[in-house]
Amino acid sequence: MATPASPYGPRADAGPPGLAAKLLGFCEELRSEGVAVGTSEILDAFSALDEVPWTSQDDFREALAATIAKSQEDRRLFELLFERWFFRAAEAEAIERSIGEGDRRQEGGERLDIDELREQIREAIVAGNDGEMRDLARLAIAAFGRQGEGSGVVGVDVQRIRRTLGLSAGTQPAAEDGAAELPPIDREQLNRFERHLRRELERELIERTSTLPPSRPLAELDRALPTSPTQDLAAVHRAVSQMKRRLATLGHEQRGRRKGQTVDVRRTMRASLETGGVPLRLRHRPKRPRRPEIYVLCDVSTSVTSASVFFLSVLHALHDSFRKLRSFVFIERISEVTEVFEHERDFRTIAQRISSEGGVADVSGYTDYGRVWLEFLGRISDELDPRSTVIVLGDARTNGREPHAEVFAQIAERAGRLFWLNPEPKLYWNYGDSVMAAYERHCDGAFECWTTRHLESFVNVVAGGVPAGD
Amino acid sequence: MLAGAGYLADEPAALVSFLAQRLDKPVLVEGPAGVGKTELAKALSRASGRELIRLQCYEGLDEAKALYEWNYRKQLLRIQAGGESGWEDVHGDIFSEEFLLERPLMQAIASSEPVVLLIDEIDKTDQEFEAMLLELLSDFQITIPELGRIAAKTMPIVVLTSNNTRELTEALKRRCLYLWLDYPDLEREMEIVRLHAPELPETLARRLVEVVRMVRALDLKKPPSIAESIDWARTLLLMGAEDIDRETFERSMSIIVKHRTDIDLVAERVGVKLAEASPSGG
Repeated sequence: MATPASPYGPRADAGPPGLAAKLLGFCEELRSEGVAVGTSEILDAFSALDEVPWTSQDDFREALAATIAKSQEDRRLFELLFERWFFRAAEAEAIERSIGEGDRRQEGGERLDIDELREQIREAIVAGNDGEMRDLARLAIAAFGRQGEGSGVVGVDVQRIRRTLGLSAGTQPAAEDGAAELPPIDREQLNRFERHLRRELERELIERTSTLPPSRPLAELDRALPTSPTQDLAAVHRAVSQMKRRLATLGHEQRGRRKGQTVDVRRTMRASLETGGVPLRLRHRPKRPRRPEIYVLCDVSTSVTSASVFFLSVLHALHDSFRKLRSFVFIERISEVTEVFEHERDFRTIAQRISSEGGVADVSGYTDYGRVWLEFLGRISDELDPRSTVIVLGDARTNGREPHAEVFAQIAERAGRLFWLNPEPKLYWNYGDSVMAAYERHCDGAFECWTTRHLESFVNVVAGGVPAGD
Repeated sequence: MLAGAGYLADEPAALVSFLAQRLDKPVLVEGPAGVGKTELAKALSRASGRELIRLQCYEGLDEAKALYEWNYRKQLLRIQAGGESGWEDVHGDIFSEEFLLERPLMQAIASSEPVVLLIDEIDKTDQEFEAMLLELLSDFQITIPELGRIAAKTMPIVVLTSNNTRELTEALKRRCLYLWLDYPDLEREMEIVRLHAPELPETLARRLVEVVRMVRALDLKKPPSIAESIDWARTLLLMGAEDIDRETFERSMSIIVKHRTDIDLVAERVGVKLAEASPSGG
């Protein structure tokens, strides 16, 4: 196909001076909010902008988003920041060059009849045309903003103007003259108009005061990520993917060992041909390196509430990296949740589903480690082999119940490796009802773990060559 | 351009497809099942007049099935047939392109005509396979130890789709343009339904799309996709329905909802609403 004429119109001239710098600043801002923007992404963004005129806002934004934001999560942050950054950039520039637009605005407001304006706005909202909505929002502000003197609070003004215009979502009351029925207004589209109003009001405020309000990092609520200061989903994923490589290579170590191999009769007979039919050299069946099988047991009881979000995110990350992974959550009894993770990507949905259908909601709500070991062993004792790794995430607080350390020892014996990650600082282990010591003896390693840093150090120790079980 | 190929793309989809061709970059399309991710690639192929080469991914897919494989039997035959010629000849011969079985990725690279390469459901494969794709996606070339490097003669348009069941690696994402396809808005879905079922009256089409959106808003195991809206539209045509009332809905509901538990939920929530909305229907 010959290069088609661009449907987006002829190329715009190279952006105005400073566009590149603004873009880089924008990427910097994205990075500070945790979007991984690499140099290659920035280069892509620039070459994409060669193809799309920067003068059309929608195309400009889409082109940037396609090259920079590489997941839905990133995309949401991108939208939030894009609006803010370029709005601020434009306003900062305007203040610097002291460009104002005070007078022109007044004219438009006076020329327009209010009913006519209302009609136009209604049409623009229904049509969903952003450019027109923006212009009309400015007219509306000019028309109504002056009469009652702005309240100074942007949100209040937006609602006041909306009411004055008589706009509301849903089906519209019939027009007074009984003529054509007005089309209903979509809630979403009305919101868009309100956003334009808000933006224009902010613009006016900035112009009046000649200062930008200070830039703030996005509120946690806006990002809606399952994070708390110590927990960062992305960091957990990074640490776990590292762990994947480590565990995979550890599995290969055993390839060369002779011990426990079976003789391959066919190949031995064949080799014996060299020595005239006398089987002098034994041939063994090669030991196939299997993919590591991982069993994760995760305590979700109330004593670890603060840590369980973190644990669930570890589980989530593990499921991304390992195909042969089975996960269990437990409080008093144990319940397999592998399915939930396999069918769901969204972290919040997973957390919800586990709490609702995990099947661990019990009478007492207290952890019963002893019983958990018994059930776990009963359920998958046949599948545990020296190739499998068991990871327990829990605080080892038995609430005074029988810890059944001997059952735990059995699990440790069957499994190749057994690690324990405890969300409590080492200092608190074995105080109160914690029976960490009883379990720790049987583990290949027990670690305190409540931040991603701990998780990384756990991964490092695993990689450092913990003996691969016995 | 895409509309001509029977595909109504929304603005971002059209823009990204355009950029993909201009920048020679693969496109990674993500979104819920059945919003037309695969269809986008097919439409691109129709619109640009390029052949579509499709690689359907699954767990355990390996190089031999995706890239290339030596044709062992043919190689053996060659060795046996050419008994008198020297080893050097045979060796040079059996590792030539004649004995290479081209798999989809290789085909796309080696084709003399520009093609559209669709790598479907990349999230089903292992991460190892993703790593193998990297050379192909960034440089459009494949390295075969015996033959050396094979670079693309023409630039294929590469479309990767993912149902987002697992996070893809950063390395792969970095090489692609990203496009998130979601369920279309009411108007667009109506257009799509009417494009595929032109005989359907507009009022019925609108009603249909409204109901489907209502169903989607419920918390279902498998929300109805666009393909299912289209199927339902065709079913309604066959049934000769004039309006979607409760009875029609319950009779044909299984077209859009495909889980036992979902069916109960939908019948309970949506069926009731319909009865109220059109008591005179039927």
